Order: sequence, then structure tokens, then C-alpha cells
Amino acid sequence: MRVESSISRNAPADGQQEHWDGEASTGHVLKPGELDLSHNVILYLDDITVSFDGFRALNALSLQIDAGELRCIIGPNGAGKTTMMDVITGKTRPDSGKAFFGQTIDLTRMTEPQIAHAGIGRKFQKPTIFEHHTVFENLELALKTDKRVKKSLFARLFGDDLDKIADTLRQIRLADQADRPAGLLSHGQKQWLEIGMLLVQDPKLLLLDEPVAGMTDDETERTAELFVSLKGKHSLMVVEHDMAFVEALGGKVTVLCEGSVLAEGDLATVQADPRVIDVYLGR
Amino acid sequence: MRTPASIKLVAGLGPKGWLAVAITALVAWVLVPLAHLMLPESHPLHVSTFAITLIGKILCYAVVAVAMDLIWGYGGILSLGHGLFFALGGYSFGMYLMRQIGREGSYQSDLPDFMVFLDWKELPWYWTGSDHFLWAIFLAVAVPGVIAWIFGYFAFRSRIKGVYFSIITQALTYAAMLFFFRNETGFGGNNGFTDFKRILGYSITAPETRLVLFGLSVALLLGTLILGRVLIASKFGKVLTAIRDAESRVMFIGYNPLHYKLFIWTVSAMLCGLAGALYVPQVGIINPSEMSVANSIEIAIWVAVGGRGTLIGPVFGAAIVNLSKSWFTTSFPEYWLFFLGLLFILVTLYLPQGVVGLWAKLTRREAKAAAAQAKAETPAAPAARNSESNAAELPAGAAKGASA
Ligand SMILES: Nc1ncnc2c1ncn2[C@@H]1O[C@H](COP(=O)(O)OP(=O)(O)OP(=O)(O)O)[C@@H](O)[C@H]1O
Ligand SMILES: [Mg+2]
Repeated sequence: MRVESSISRNAPADGQQEHWDGEASTGHVLKPGELDLSHNVILYLDDITVSFDGFRALNALSLQIDAGELRCIIGPNGAGKTTMMDVITGKTRPDSGKAFFGQTIDLTRMTEPQIAHAGIGRKFQKPTIFEHHTVFENLELALKTDKRVKKSLFARLFGDDLDKIADTLRQIRLADQADRPAGLLSHGQKQWLEIGMLLVQDPKLLLLDEPVAGMTDDETERTAELFVSLKGKHSLMVVEHDMAFVEALGGKVTVLCEGSVLAEGDLATVQADPRVIDVYLGR
Repeated sequence: MRTPASIKLVAGLGPKGWLAVAITALVAWVLVPLAHLMLPESHPLHVSTFAITLIGKILCYAVVAVAMDLIWGYGGILSLGHGLFFALGGYSFGMYLMRQIGREGSYQSDLPDFMVFLDWKELPWYWTGSDHFLWAIFLAVAVPGVIAWIFGYFAFRSRIKGVYFSIITQALTYAAMLFFFRNETGFGGNNGFTDFKRILGYSITAPETRLVLFGLSVALLLGTLILGRVLIASKFGKVLTAIRDAESRVMFIGYNPLHYKLFIWTVSAMLCGLAGALYVPQVGIINPSEMSVANSIEIAIWVAVGGRGTLIGPVFGAAIVNLSKSWFTTSFPEYWLFFLGLLFILVTLYLPQGVVGLWAKLTRREAKAAAAQAKAETPAAPAARNSESNAAELPAGAAKGASA
């Protein structure tokens, strides 16, 4: 079952209904909001521009991530890496351009919670966890459940959820910290907890903004192992300045500079690119 | 699969909590009435009418303080307009009390005196049904609830936060006060409602009536505390405090903060309305000054003094501030506002967790001393030492979170 790629790519501006219907004149039946990976593309950014008071943080940025891919984004400070994640997660609306999740889900029309439900999880540059909740509660709140008020009022945890939390605790190596307030964790552990909060949501695409900042070498290494193990089941977009970490991840690398893509390819190739050396690596 | 609400209730409060509830209920419904009615006035344990009215009034304030704490202490949203919801509840029930006066007013008319004075011939449409007790109670909850919901919906949807939100709530209250000051509004202008005679046919000044109102105030406060406890212990409560601490994280894990804020905001307003409805028959008057800016700020001070983010703290805060107020206003009326300001500054600077935080600090210091002694005897595991020093650190952070 294939969807004509032209449908979502050249969708008219008022075509939201069409995307949600998913049937889109091809007979391919999708539930509203369901991720369509028929072209094996999970994230599609096209010609995105974002300006802040005339300053272009993103400048005609186009980027595509395949399903199951682990992509690294590097680039100098202020290149627009975080802003790009803001656009993908609905925090910032682009002035122009398209942002699609799969073939059909138009991210520029959705709110942050809707995008989270669609299957995009995000780790912030500054670790953002609930400091006054325990590690366990942090994961409990992130669990993939019905997140409306009336459900939360009567919510209880059951076997599956508890298993999921226990698994994740093990995965992020915080099993022995489950009942401590998250605010007491070390910086690296907070990073892990935030990653764990993404994992319990079981997102299809993970956006990780500088996930190993403040981690010890040992922690960094384990994080790389974790991400590599997630590849395939999930798609990942990792922003990092730590080149050793990027190398350990081993995926394709995109270099952002001044709001657009400067170079793309495997790490060795972009590292050899004179323009990249000039603006970023050579400093 | 859901756990019945009753089981959750028990789990939410714990045996100690239920014991406290039972003792409070026993004191309020049995011992106080006995001490008031049975003991002669000369007896040292006699509870005077003055005391019952004063405490009854403070209990209503305490309900408002707990309601405020739900939205401010747990939700991180500082309202400077809770006086409005309280007053709306008071006015709703005051209408009923005005109708209960019947023809015993100075003009011996079916209409309330102020309407006769304005030369009105019939009740305005919004007074329809105001002679029914249950309708009045319904209005006392529904009017603040609906107004809070509408206001909250637009404010939260526009993502108005922090001091901006506080200022708008203040403006709302102020506008309402000006509206109620006008005679044509039909709520008695600056005199408001007073000279009540009866409630459900019983004399409003009779000792038994006062005791019933007192007992109901206790019940409302206990109910509010239990409701608060259940809400805060539920997943809803965890999401609420998470919104307070890191709202963007909450959104990115898929919650819509709008509905959470709106729910607790509306519940808080409805509780204030009920408190207002119980307050008015006990103090015998409601007028627009209840909506004054200073009143709403005072509510926030009760909560700050008692301890934000603790349910019981605001009860103590309301009691401490109002008992001092009644002492000052009889002894040194001109110094009351200075004292209130000073109290607020001191609490903000030195007791970010209020009196409850102070209490916790003191008991913890004791526990720490005991632990240190134990440590001296047996070499402690590093982990234990770690968690202990961390436990001491946390409240400072907790205070920061609540003030954000
Ligand atoms: N809300 C905003 N208002 C104004 N300017 C902004 C805003 N957000 C980002 N910028 C600007 O946009 C540019 C891109 O910022 P962004 O945070 O995306 O960079 P980055 O690539 O993530 O950098 P870093 O490596 O330092 O995290 C910066 O110059 C920044 O100052
Ligand atoms: Mg950044």
C-alpha cells in the first residue's frame, strides 16, 4: 500500500482535513493522526524559515529523516539546532515551510501535547524533569496513557505499567533511585531520567538535544550504547557537540550553520569538508 | 479497573488523618455545643457566642485559604482575586437571607429595604428563586464556578502566567467591586446585605442556629481538606505540581495544562463560594468591601504564613493572621496593616515554607541530631548519609518551585 508522495508534499495550505482523513484519494486507509511511514520517511522538513525580530534562526532549512534512522545534528552555537526541535514539537511556529511527521501528519498545525501523542518525544537541552517528584513518579507521569483530566483523577497503575516503568528504570540505570526525589540526582542521572521519560512514552521519533552534556565519560559511553540499541525500533535525532559521542553513535551526520544545512554525510566525510572545518570543527 | 472512591479516600488520608478528622468533628459537634449551651457563662470552660462566631468566621477563611493553596501552592498560579469568589458565594446566599427577612424590614415590604428605597416595584429577574434555600446554595457554588471557568478558560488558553495572571485577577475583582457598589446593580450598593433575621425559618441569632452554622463550617473545612488530600494524592495532583515545576515538560509528554489548571481553578472558586455562603449568616453582613483588592491579597498572605503546598498550613495561616487581626483591631487598630506587612515580609524572607515549614525544620533538626548520635555509635553506610543530607536540602528547592 503506497500513498502518492505528491499528496502530502504538495498539500494545499487548507489541506488539513485531507491529512487527517488519511484516505487522500488513494484508498490507503489511515486513522486520523496515525503515522504513515509508507515512504520510509519519518520526518520531513522543507524550506523552514523562522525569524526572531528579523533574525533568521532557521533559513530555508530542509531535512529528512528515515524511519529507524539515528541522525546526529552538529553545528556551532546559535546554528538553530534547538530552534529546529522547537518547530518539530510545536513550540515555535515556522514563518514558512513544511514540517511533516510521516507522510500525512502536519506538525505545523498541532499543539505540543498533540505532537507528543502522535509519537514525538523530546529531551530538552537543559535537563527538564520534575524535581519534586520521585524518579518513579517522573516516569509514571510520562507513561503512554490517556492524559485527560478525568482519567488522571481516577488513574491507577497496573501490572503492565509497572513492568514498563521497571524496565525503563533498569534501562536508564536508576532502579535503585526510584523513590528519591528527582531533584537530588546528579546532572548525568537527570539526563538519563529525561531520556527514560521519553522511552516510557514509546515514541516513534526521539529528539535529543545535547543528551550527554554534563555526563562523565563512562556515562556518555553507556548513553551511546543505549541510543545505538534504540536504532531501528525508534528513529532518533541527536544534537551533540561531543564528537567522540557522535562517532560512537555512528549514524549519518547533518551539519547546521546559520539556520540551514551546511553538509550531510557520514562523520568522516563531513569532518573532511573544508566548509565544516571552517565554521565549526576548525575553531 | 478502578479502585472505588471510598478506598482511595481511606488510603489518601491515612489512619492518623482520620483520627484527626474524628477528633475535630467530636470537638466541633459535641464538646463545643455542650460547653456553649450547658455550662454557665461564669464557668472557665464556657464557650462564648463571641468565640463561636469568631471561630466560625475563621473556619470559613480557612476554607478559602485551602482553596487558594490548591491553586497557588500546588498549581503555582497566584490568584489575587479569590476575594471575588468568596464574595459571590456570600452574595448568592445573602439574597436568600434578605428574602427571609420577609416583611420585617423597616418598610414592611416584600421587597428588600434597599429596593423599596430605590423605588423598585418588583424583584429584578436575577432574584428569581432567591427565596429557595437550595437554589441559593446552588448559586453560591455555581456563580463563582461559572465565572472562574470562563475567566480561566481564556486566561489559561492564552497562556497568561505568573504576575500577569495575578494582575488580571486583581483587575477582575476590582471591576466586580465597582459593579456591586452601584445601587442599580440590585445588590444593595455600598451597604450590601445586612439585618438578616432568619435562616430556614430559624432565628439567625439563636444559639442553636449559630452552633449549626459553626458545625457546618467545621464540616466544610474538613471536607475541603479531605477533597484537597485526595486530589493532591491522585495522579491529577502529581500532574498539577508537575505543571507548576516544569510546564513545558508536561506539555511535551502529552498533557494539556489548560484543562488541569482550569479544573483546579474552578474547584477552588467553588469552594470559596461555599465558604462565603457560610460566612455571611455568621457575620451578618456582606458588602462590596469583601471584593476589595486588600482582601484578596490577605488571602494570599494567610497561605504564605501557613505554608504553601501543605494542605494544613493555610488553615493555621488563616487562624494566626485572623486571630492577630481581631486582637490588633481591638487593641491597636492603627497598627494592624503595618503588622500584616511586616509578617508577610518576615515569612517571605525567613519562612518560605511558612509555619508548617518551620515546624518541619525543627523536627528534622531533632531527627538529625539523633541520627548523628547513632552514626557516632555505628559507622553509617555512605548511602544513608547521603539521603539524609539531601532530605535537608530539598525544602529550599521546594520553596523555589512553589514561588515560580
Ligand atoms: N525565542 C527567541 N527569541 C529570539 N532569538 C532566539 C530565540 N530562540 C533562539 N533565538 C536565536 O536563534 C538562534 C538559534 O538558536 P538555537 O538555540 O536554535 O541555537 P543552537 O543551535 O541550539 O545553539 P546551541 O548549540 O548553543 O544550543 C540563536 O542566535 C538564538 O539567539
Ligand atoms: Mg541548542
